[in-house]
Amino acid sequence: MNHWIALPILIPLISAVLIPLVGRPTILIRRALGLVACLGTVAVGAWMVLRTRLGEIYTYSLGDWQAPFGVVLVLDGLSALLVALTGVVSLFCLLYAMNRHDQKGKFFHFFIQMQIAGICGAVLTGDLFSLFVFFEIMLLSSYNLLVYTGAKKSLTAGIHYVILNLTGSALFLLAIGTLYGVTGTLNMADMALRVGELGTEDTALVRAGALILMVVFFLKAAILPLYLWLPNVYSSAVAPVAALFAILTKVGVYAILRVSTLIFGAEAGVAAGAVEPYLLPLATFTLVLGMIGALASTHLRKMMGYLIVASLGMMLMAMGLFTAEGIAAGLYYLPHSTIAMAMLFLLADQIGRQRGPEDDRLVLARLPTQKSVLGLIFFIGAIAVAGLPPFSGFLGKVWVLQASLPSPHVVVIWPVVLLTSLMALVAFSRAGTLIFWKAKEPADEDEKGRKCASAFELLPIIGLLTCIVLYTVYSGPIAEFCTVIAEHLLAPHGYIEAVMGAQK
Amino acid sequence: MEALIASAIAVLGSCGIYLVLRERTFTVILGLALLAISVNLFLLSMGRVAPGHAPVIEEGIELVSYVDPLPQAVVLTAIVIGFAMMAFVVVLSISAHFVTGTDHLDGEEQSP
Repeated sequence: MNHWIALPILIPLISAVLIPLVGRPTILIRRALGLVACLGTVAVGAWMVLRTRLGEIYTYSLGDWQAPFGVVLVLDGLSALLVALTGVVSLFCLLYAMNRHDQKGKFFHFFIQMQIAGICGAVLTGDLFSLFVFFEIMLLSSYNLLVYTGAKKSLTAGIHYVILNLTGSALFLLAIGTLYGVTGTLNMADMALRVGELGTEDTALVRAGALILMVVFFLKAAILPLYLWLPNVYSSAVAPVAALFAILTKVGVYAILRVSTLIFGAEAGVAAGAVEPYLLPLATFTLVLGMIGALASTHLRKMMGYLIVASLGMMLMAMGLFTAEGIAAGLYYLPHSTIAMAMLFLLADQIGRQRGPEDDRLVLARLPTQKSVLGLIFFIGAIAVAGLPPFSGFLGKVWVLQASLPSPHVVVIWPVVLLTSLMALVAFSRAGTLIFWKAKEPADEDEKGRKCASAFELLPIIGLLTCIVLYTVYSGPIAEFCTVIAEHLLAPHGYIEAVMGAQK
Repeated sequence: MEALIASAIAVLGSCGIYLVLRERTFTVILGLALLAISVNLFLLSMGRVAPGHAPVIEEGIELVSYVDPLPQAVVLTAIVIGFAMMAFVVVLSISAHFVTGTDHLDGEEQSP
């Protein structure tokens, strides 16, 4: 038995239970427990990536109930990539939160760990209904993390976010019900087999079920026209939470990719290609509108929110080609954009604090106290996100362009990618010029009460920056890994056999 | 039986959608509750509507007449999760009401 597959769910879950029990007396215990759990998740995630780098697939039947009757956890390259990414991003967010954000609420560390458990569970499970359950765990923690400070701005954004996601959950159940009614199973691998055997009389039902499911995942992944919630929610959360939220949308991307290739892939009979015609155009529009939003933003944090929307459009556009090359390019872009955006959210928080009353508004104000350090990190982050050499954003975008060459959509994808990169550059230049170049040196009487980032506040930001550099340096092996994942996604026999064959 | 359940789902669902689109938190929460109920009924009926049959096979029950137990297990989980979420959104909207002083969804009254 591969008991270790359950570790990325168990480690945060156990730590989450211990935090309120053992950590009552002092925040130091809560911090230590959270930190140990995050380090554990990073270690397990890294080990999972190493174990799956050649396309191996491991399964674990919970309670030894065999598939398709019990719930199985399935570990393949895609899940391993997401687990490792979650571990890395949450570690740095937690480190940053330890400066002051985790003191504002008693249960901050509890919810962070529940959030990680939910994300890891969602990417590991091989069962459609437990995917729903893990989504709910993840979302309930994210609601709490969004509103835990009780600030007015975050409460209003929180209500919108919660209501939108509750409606999404209702649709999710509706889709699960429809698909179960047609196929009689909830196990994704089993469902993939049964969907292929359906007669034409079930075509309408199964395609409707598939598309309702996609609406839910589009909502989580913030794809047009369901992205309007994202900039508002992300900009009203506190910085480490917003940085952690950067990975929430990627779970939506994961679900889209998993379901559309495994259940509704090329061999799905009457449901084959139920998703394909919609993903590419919607993602393209999302990319364009996200960038327009970034250009028009009046606040730095909102601009970051729109840039997240645009980056999601970018990776889903590549994945929407549904070729091995396209999916691999999208997968390569995914960790890069998550890490870069998380870093920029943390940076925006520091910039806002050091500018004083103007906070993160994009207007002329005084210079941030540590202008050279923050300016340098902002510059590097801007280069990475806009997709200029030498960082991984550039490599990712070139790969997307290359992957689109054989497709007839190339005439759209090339101009869109190049123009939106230019728009990102303009947006960053505008923000950078206002904050760092045109800003005035503060007068002497302002000097007292000015905030300065401590080394411990800069450490997580620089840590994430180092991750981007490392990601670029090790692009070769990572790109190979992405290609392996993409090839296995498009040929789901291995996955289905690993799950369904486990009973023998 | 099928017609009754189907129309119940339809009526509850459409009332829920109408209420969710309103602008006050209270009506929206009511709408979410109705929507959740209609979805739960829908999930339950996915195991085929067969009244009077047992979902658990025991000795003495003929194998020809049992209903699928899975939707019942699934709907139980869905009800529990839905209930927790409803409690959360009620508490959230109350605290938002205290902080913003209005029950409008946007946290401020819209000028006409």
